[in-house]
Amino acid sequence: MTTNARPLSPHLQIYRLPLLAITSIAHRITGVGLTLGILLLSCWLAAAAKGPDAYQPIHDLIVSIPGRVVFFGFTAALFFHLTNGIRHLVWDTGRGLDLPTAQASNRIVIGSAIVLTVLSWLIALA
Amino acid sequence: MTLRSPLGRARGLGSSRSGSDHYWAQRVTAVALVPLVLWFVVSLITITSSDLVSVQEWVSKPYNATLLLLTLLTGIWHGLLGLQVVIEDYVHSPIGKHLSLIFLRLIAAFLAISVSISTLKLALGG
Repeated sequence: MTTNARPLSPHLQIYRLPLLAITSIAHRITGVGLTLGILLLSCWLAAAAKGPDAYQPIHDLIVSIPGRVVFFGFTAALFFHLTNGIRHLVWDTGRGLDLPTAQASNRIVIGSAIVLTVLSWLIALA
Repeated sequence: MTLRSPLGRARGLGSSRSGSDHYWAQRVTAVALVPLVLWFVVSLITITSSDLVSVQEWVSKPYNATLLLLTLLTGIWHGLLGLQVVIEDYVHSPIGKHLSLIFLRLIAAFLAISVSISTLKLALGG
């Protein structure tokens, strides 16, 4: 069977994903990442329940610069998953599925996720 | 050669077996998590920045302990449902799929119990 000469459809490696496709897969990636966040959070909680000796090293890690950056990333992922999740709930009702609306809601999803992330950190650390 | 009708053989094997339960649970936990997460993120950034005594004080308030546990358990449940879909999408061998799904449930159960015990211990000052 000679199929080699046939033109191939663009594959993931060479195909520049549209923003909608990126937010679509990002929902799944952030979702998987956030379950790791729950795992880390349960470690923090267990350490706090165990006592000062267990709590201190984890606390030092959280308030260190790399710890803060990772934590900030988790909150950003959480808010993206939240705003995009709300959009999915709207999509489930059959609304907003056409391309122009979906591209517009893309901007709302990303914008409100950024605003919520920055706002949370400002409120928490103020 | 079987005497069973095609319908009889297909019954109970399709997505209608348990899919609608999963679909609804995923969406109901998603809706519940929207207000919970908004409260949770600001509280979490604040409380993880403080020392153990402040954490104990914060969790020992019944209102905080209730919402903390509610957020974590709903989050674990939602994460379990989400990871189940990811496994079903990407793990194709029946043995691998079933083992991962069982393993996933065991981890979720472990986490749910762990965060419950930790929160109760902190809340009741044990």
